[in-house]
This record gives sequence, structure tokens and C-alpha cells, in this order.
Amino acid sequence: MALKTEEMVLNMGPQHPSTHGVLRLELELDGELVVDVKPHIGYLHRCFEKHAESMTYPQVIPYVDRLDYLASMYNSFGYAVTVEKFLGIEVPERVQYIRVIIGELQRIASHLVALGTYGVDIGAFTPFLYCFRDREKILTLFEMTCGARLLYNYMWIGGLSHDLHPDFVPKAKEFVKEFRPTIKELNNLLSYNKIFVERTANVGILPLDTAINYGITGPMLRASGLKFDLRRNDPYSIYDRFDFDIPVGQGLMGTVGDSWDRYYVRILEMEESLKIIEQALEQLPEGDINSAIPKRIKPAAGSIYGRVENPKGELGFFIISDGSTSPFRVKVRAPSFVNLSVLGKLCRGHLVADVITILGSIDIVLGEIDR
Amino acid sequence: MKTQEEIFNILKEKFNDSVLEFQQVPVEPVIIIEPSAIKKVCSFLRKSEELKFDTLMVLSGVDDANGEKIQNEDGSTSINGGTLSIYYHLHSIEINHKVLLKVSLSRENPVTESVESVWKTADWHEREAFDMFGIKFLNHPNLTRILMPDDWEAGYPLRKDYRNPEFYNGMKVPY
Repeated sequence: MALKTEEMVLNMGPQHPSTHGVLRLELELDGELVVDVKPHIGYLHRCFEKHAESMTYPQVIPYVDRLDYLASMYNSFGYAVTVEKFLGIEVPERVQYIRVIIGELQRIASHLVALGTYGVDIGAFTPFLYCFRDREKILTLFEMTCGARLLYNYMWIGGLSHDLHPDFVPKAKEFVKEFRPTIKELNNLLSYNKIFVERTANVGILPLDTAINYGITGPMLRASGLKFDLRRNDPYSIYDRFDFDIPVGQGLMGTVGDSWDRYYVRILEMEESLKIIEQALEQLPEGDINSAIPKRIKPAAGSIYGRVENPKGELGFFIISDGSTSPFRVKVRAPSFVNLSVLGKLCRGHLVADVITILGSIDIVLGEIDR
Repeated sequence: MKTQEEIFNILKEKFNDSVLEFQQVPVEPVIIIEPSAIKKVCSFLRKSEELKFDTLMVLSGVDDANGEKIQNEDGSTSINGGTLSIYYHLHSIEINHKVLLKVSLSRENPVTESVESVWKTADWHEREAFDMFGIKFLNHPNLTRILMPDDWEAGYPLRKDYRNPEFYNGMKVPY
């Protein structure tokens, strides 16, 4: 009969470089083997939902920006789209196109942080610098557009805070041209690196039925092999006009749904985003951006659930209105919140070092988990 | 693909008295379910061949604030009676249709059955509803506070009559 060792409880975090924020993991260990992982969240709770109830609809936007602070543009995109649907507003063509261009740039920026920090988690520091160098170019484009680099308050209900700078279109085209080769560079540096593959392939395999049962969305769900993207399956804004693929995990280095697949799906998604940006830049129409901004926002009593494909997954806003100028209830369905809940299941039976690999591959932002 | 009304009719036929009402409110129609039947209805929705609701998009607690409002001496309000509600947004990936369910619970004793065994997504969402509204979910494996500290004694923050405490563990709260 094999001897059973005494189980040990180890706290990882709340201050730990690999937890990507203030997250505490309670690891239950049997020697080096992980028996269970219990995430403890809430350290960054800023009462977003309570605040939202005491503000008017447009006033909520700066707070929405602070949920997933690495994809701030996309959060306000989602909120604006939802409230517009609630009010039944038709948004000008130019605004739609600008939103898509900016949104996809934000997706690339968010994925670059995810990929770069993932490399650091596993011990590769150089790719991180390459990723942040490219993200910097996107932030410069955003700065040119609205003056801010992290939290923008750019997408308003019915319009935008500023029109594009005259230099934006040529600069964005230049970025797309320059960025394509750097994806290849990143692939050579990190994706196909033997050490990296050994650390991530076949680690933390997420089978598709488990993923669906846990409500996992975004790159994590697609890495498990399901072609499901809200831009295609539940189209909002003008995504139905563009031609792009939905990359899914294929288990190139190991099994479908392992950490390497989750990493690689993000690389492929960046290329698809470039395709969308290119098409949108070509078709970008002229026009006014402020004409549809409503003077008074007062939706009829009722409720709406709007969802968009945030870089991390399905970002949903459930808004209830009582007919006044401020929302009665705003519930945020944050993608990281749902994606993190599967962590315990993924880590069971792996080694302690793999916990960091798996956590990094989920790509969480604590701002939207804790709200 | 089925409309909300067709789904309501299917549920009505199957569960008759437990499915209370089909409310046609702006933007999203709601199906009101009797609280004691919610788990049965949810498992049916998930397993049924023609409906196949395989994902719970979001589960949200709501304070309806429809009870009697009492003005306290210090200017704050408390609410007596009325209901707390839970909304279930379901989606079927395979068939691509959606439905919205709602249960209403009494404010004094908000207890309902957990749907954690139907969709694992409900685990953390139910903990959040417990944390923010004090709704108790029977048969939930680990119903503890999730965003607020475990020793938060001032009540449930997202209720409309919530008041911030003066002190938390000796620290002054209003800043």
C-alpha cells in the first residue's frame, strides 16, 4: 500500500508576480502535486454595480473603462452598444467603422499583454519587451485619437468623444504593415520555442463539454475546439460586413484545449483582427460622429442583456431601467470572472509550477473579476 | 430556433402551475417561474432535445425595492416586505436561441434551489447573489461571500436600503 503524505495548504498571493493582480490562490498540495486550488477574489472590489445605480447612463462609461483596464475601449464599446439597443438608436456609419477599428486595435493590445506576460510567467523575458514595444504603437494611436493612453472614455452612447485625427488612417495602415512580420518574430521567439512548448503543451487540458458547462467564453473556449465568436454568432455593430476567420485550438503541440492552444489562439486572433482593421480602414466613410448622441437618456422601464466579444470573452451588461435617467440595476458579466472559476478543475493533478502556466493561459484581469 | 413565447408554451405544458406568467416588457420578454420549481425547469431546459440550453450566460440578483419604504430618523430609508428577484439568462450554442427566466423571492426569507448542478457557471454567480443580496441557495456546495470580506457584518451591499457601517474591524469606513 502506498503511503499517503500529509496535505499542505499554501497561499499564493495576494501579492505574487504571477497572479496578474491581487488574487489569492489557496493551494492544497500533496508534495508537489496539486490536490485543489481555491481562488479567493474581491481584493479589488470597487462597488461598480452600486455606483452605477446612482449615476446617469453616460456617467457610467468612465467606470466601465476601469473594469478590464487592459481592454478599456472594448468595455465602453459593449456598454454603448447595449444602451443604444435599449434606446433603439441608429448610430452613424462612420462611428460604427471607427468603433470597429479602435476595438480591434484594442484586442491586439490586450492580447499582446496576455502573450508577453505569459512568456514572463514561464521565464522568457525578451518576448515581453517585443510585445510591449508593439502595444506602445497602438497606445500612441489611441493617444492621438482621444488624448488618453489607458482609460479613454472614448465611446459614448450614440457616438464618440472625438473624431479621428487626420494622421490616424495613414498611421494605422503603417502599423498594420509593420505588425504582420512581428507576429512571425514572436512565433519564432516564443510560440515554437522548445522550452516554452514543453512547459505549456498538454498542461491544463480543458475538454469542450467542461468548458461549455462552466460558461467559458472567448479565446479559452475556442482553444477547446469550438468555433464560437459573438462577432459571428450573435453579430453586433457592423461585424457582419467583414471577412475574417475564427481560429480554434487544434492541438498542434499536444492535446486540443491545452495551455499552448490557448496561447496560440490569441496569436492567430491578432492576425484576424489585422484583417478586420485593414478592411475597415479601406471602407471608412466620411460623416458626422455626434449627430446621434441623445440629449436625454431615459429608456422605457424594462431590461436588456447585451453582450460583445471582449478580448477575454463574452462581456455582458444586464441593465434594468425603471424609466428614470439612471439605471435601476447594472450587472456585469465579466469574462475573466467566469473563466477563472474553472481554475481549480484545470489544476488538479498537476505540479505547483503548472499552476502558474495554467493561470497565465486564462488571461485574467482582476479589475473586471472584482468589479 | 424557438422564440421566447414558444419556449413559454412548452414549459407551460410541461410544468403548468409552476410556470407563472409570460411578461411582455420592453426589449426582453421574461418568463416568471415559481421559486420551488426553478431547478426542475432548468434541468429540463438543459436536457430537452428541442431546447438544449447548454449555457447560463449570467445569473443576476436584483432588489426590486417594491416593499413599503420607511423613513428612518437619521434620514436613511429601510424597506419592509416586497421581493428580491433572480434573473437567469440562458443561451443554446447549438440551436442559437435565448431565454430569460425570473424568480421572485420574499425579502424576509429569500431562499431558492441552487442550479449549480445544472450549469457550473452558477457556482460563482450564486455566491455573488448571496454576497450582494443575501439570497440563499439550497444545496449549493460552498455558499460563502465572494467579493466582500467573510467577516462583513453590515448586510448585503446591493440591496437598495443598504447602509455603510461606521467601522469595519476598527477601521473607519466612510472616507
